[in-house]
Amino acid sequence: MPDPSNDKSAQSQRDGEFKRGLLPLIPQLRAFARTLAGDPTAADDLAQDALMKAWDARASFEIGTNMKAWTFMILRNQFYSEKRRSWRQAQLDQETAERTLIAVDDPLAPLSLDELRQGLGMLPAEQREALILVGAGGFAYEEAAAICGCAVGTVKSRVSRARRALQSILERGEYDRDGRAADEAMGSILAQAERLSGAR
Amino acid sequence: MISNMARKTPKPALALDEARLRQQAIGAQLRLMFEEVVKEPVPEDFLELLRQADSDPDIH
Repeated sequence: MPDPSNDKSAQSQRDGEFKRGLLPLIPQLRAFARTLAGDPTAADDLAQDALMKAWDARASFEIGTNMKAWTFMILRNQFYSEKRRSWRQAQLDQETAERTLIAVDDPLAPLSLDELRQGLGMLPAEQREALILVGAGGFAYEEAAAICGCAVGTVKSRVSRARRALQSILERGEYDRDGRAADEAMGSILAQAERLSGAR
Repeated sequence: MISNMARKTPKPALALDEARLRQQAIGAQLRLMFEEVVKEPVPEDFLELLRQADSDPDIH
């Protein structure tokens, strides 16, 4: 019973299903966009662009595959194709220069979101997005690799480097404040220089 | 100087524990940062965009 009107209604049913699939992903896409674009308004523009891109590309979406990962990949591509990257970096450098990190003396002390955002902003973009996808977005390494268009091993190493770097950035904030570490480092350099000159 | 060094370098096991706790704190905060935006009400623009997308307008 091939009938053109049947085709049309099948198409419209698929479109309806696609929309119903997209709807619950909007909050997720907004959150991911916020981590990339920083500024909430720019982030929402990015998320809306991605949503429309996803809609326009709906014919290429394979039903039954992970729609969340698929839309995140579209959003990420959109972000980089618009070259917002350099803009974002410039903004972060300024933010970092204007504020100082606050100490985390107690490892159990709550880390403020502001500190975390600043710390994330200091990571290389690849590490930041890998950590966010896996650590906050709930993606498996394999999914994050598909979103970023890189190997699974690359994602794993980016996530682990991001975790270490973030921790050391947040700890350095503590040292920057009281200056003790810097003084000690200088003292030990001087002591070593003394020993070396005395040994000759 | 020596007491200073001793204070600065904790026992390895303790340092490892502390690192783990900090990582857990960072992880929890990372999820919170993301969830904060997820929980925001979706701006009407987004829903309108989907509503107006071509093809059938029967989603709502």
